[in-house]
Amino acid sequence: MLKVTTISRSFGDHRVLDRVSFDVRPGRMTGFLGANGSGKTTTMRIILGVLAPQGGSVTWNGAPVTQPVRQRFGYMPEERGLYPKMKVAEQIVWLARLHGLTEEQANTNTSRLLEQLELTARADDKLEALSLGNQQRVQVAAALVHEPDALILDEPFSGLDPIAVETVLAVLRERAAAGVPVLFSSHQLAVVERLCDDVVILSGGTIAAAGARDELRAQYGSARFQLVVGADAGWLRDHPGVRIVDLDGPRVVFDLTDTNGGRVDQQVLAAALRRGEVRSFAPVVPSLDEIFKEVI
Amino acid sequence: MASSSFSSATRLVAEREIKATLGTKGFWIGLGVIVAGIFAFSILPTVFGNGPDKVAAVGPEVSRVLAGADLEVREVADVAAAEELVRSEEVDAAIVPDDSGDSPGGVRVVALDNAPDDIVAQLSVAPPVDLLDPAAVGQGERQVVIMVFAVLFLMFGVGGIAIAQSTVTEKQTRIVEILVATIPVRALLAGKIVGHALLTLGQVVVVAVATPIALGIGGQAELLKVMAPALGWFVPFLCLGFVLLAAMWAVTGSLVSRQEDLGSTTGVVMMLVMGPYFAVMFFSDNATVMTVLSYVPFSAAIAMPVRLFANEAQVWEPLAALGLLAASVVLIVLLASRVYSGSLLQTGTRVRLTKAWAHAD
Repeated sequence: MLKVTTISRSFGDHRVLDRVSFDVRPGRMTGFLGANGSGKTTTMRIILGVLAPQGGSVTWNGAPVTQPVRQRFGYMPEERGLYPKMKVAEQIVWLARLHGLTEEQANTNTSRLLEQLELTARADDKLEALSLGNQQRVQVAAALVHEPDALILDEPFSGLDPIAVETVLAVLRERAAAGVPVLFSSHQLAVVERLCDDVVILSGGTIAAAGARDELRAQYGSARFQLVVGADAGWLRDHPGVRIVDLDGPRVVFDLTDTNGGRVDQQVLAAALRRGEVRSFAPVVPSLDEIFKEVI
Repeated sequence: MASSSFSSATRLVAEREIKATLGTKGFWIGLGVIVAGIFAFSILPTVFGNGPDKVAAVGPEVSRVLAGADLEVREVADVAAAEELVRSEEVDAAIVPDDSGDSPGGVRVVALDNAPDDIVAQLSVAPPVDLLDPAAVGQGERQVVIMVFAVLFLMFGVGGIAIAQSTVTEKQTRIVEILVATIPVRALLAGKIVGHALLTLGQVVVVAVATPIALGIGGQAELLKVMAPALGWFVPFLCLGFVLLAAMWAVTGSLVSRQEDLGSTTGVVMMLVMGPYFAVMFFSDNATVMTVLSYVPFSAAIAMPVRLFANEAQVWEPLAALGLLAASVVLIVLLASRVYSGSLLQTGTRVRLTKAWAHAD
């Protein structure tokens, strides 16, 4: 497990991170969210040792992250970059060897990964000859080629077309399923929502929320329900313990004003069934988008 | 474990630098120019220079005087014909009879616009000369050796700018962040220096092979024989001197973020390469200055082999200068690696040296 404990960092007088702590658990995809300038990239750079923290620590399976440990991490920096004049396959093989693989392993992994990312045809082209989207895929390959023990990806989906997002997603899922902790930041909340098991939300250099996605939803969800009946649902206005959020003919969204009382939702359902047809009745789960807006 | 990963990272970086450089046209053009220069320098003087001077001679009396001289003689009927040949520059001078009694040989030399000293010397009787302290090598040979060493040092020293360029490329494309996250910064620096030092050594070997061949073709085997020991000393001095400059080139690259800004930082190193070149050229006759230059790390690579070539240095002197050079290499590389790691991840405007120094994590 990758554990970040109370790390802080300032640039000049500007405090970018203030005692930030969170875990990246093995076999789980952890989404890292935050507004621009909230400190996501700085956190990732500290995990990778590119920046030194001013206080706090980063540990891997309980031991401090040292250079040999870090060599087994996979990193995709926010600002992309590879050698423009080097051939694609040659470059990935070289990076794999830099991560400690033998030449044979490096060659095998490279051709498999290029195949998976649909880049085999471009293997012998110089990187600069590829389209930006394809360069982005090569960047993914560079982060994954050494079968890293942990993956730290800064905005891995930016600049990818929807098909490429799926391709990259499949590769990342495969790694997570193999027990690798994956930390990735993204602005595309819908992608994070669909993809991640855990969520860390950073705001102004501190942790605003962290935990399993579903627990966060339950935590930040109010007791809100949506009911759709056969006829007009206006009668609900007069029901005790209920506040209407939105009413539109047969469809109504309401909050329970008395959450301690418990059974009010069931009373509403029973009342609706007495009046006729009920097409749907379900709790409204907040989207990550809503949680995000609420906590930052 | 840590040290083996350091050395394998260094080796991988060096391999990549070498491969990338060998793949550029500029490298092969540069090497081609050096080799062509060596051949031109050795062969051209024999081809164009020094055939015997041509003279026109008037009358049998004159021909008898010219008999022993190394001159190409054309006999003509009278003085007017001889002067005509001089005017049309078909001959370098005309030798005509002189009855005035001013000339001990009984001949007069007619030339166009300059007194033809070479021809006059051949017609004169030179007194014998004894040298009390003969120089081991002639002034001309000495100049040639200074030229060769200085130009080679200049070319390889300036060639080190490739290290600065490769460093900026890594900063500009931001791959540096992946590299720094993967391997120690010092392995990155070491790999660059080792890679480019090996490239330079390889070119020195090419030069060392080409020079004897060129001199042999040019019929200057004698010069080769006197140059060989100095050349032997030049190689270690050049290699260490290159490492010294390489570390500084790497720093100049790490201080800027774009190729276009490289010019703002390379000036100092350029001066350290050009300075010794001009100093040795200008002061080659001043023994005191040359002695000082032969110990200053930046100029030792040229000045010390030249002094050895001219037999002006004791046996221990090159060893002392090499030691001094090696010590400054260690010092500069240590300083450079700190500045390098402090500035490598800073982008935007030019990084100040003091800031880079303070920033090293």
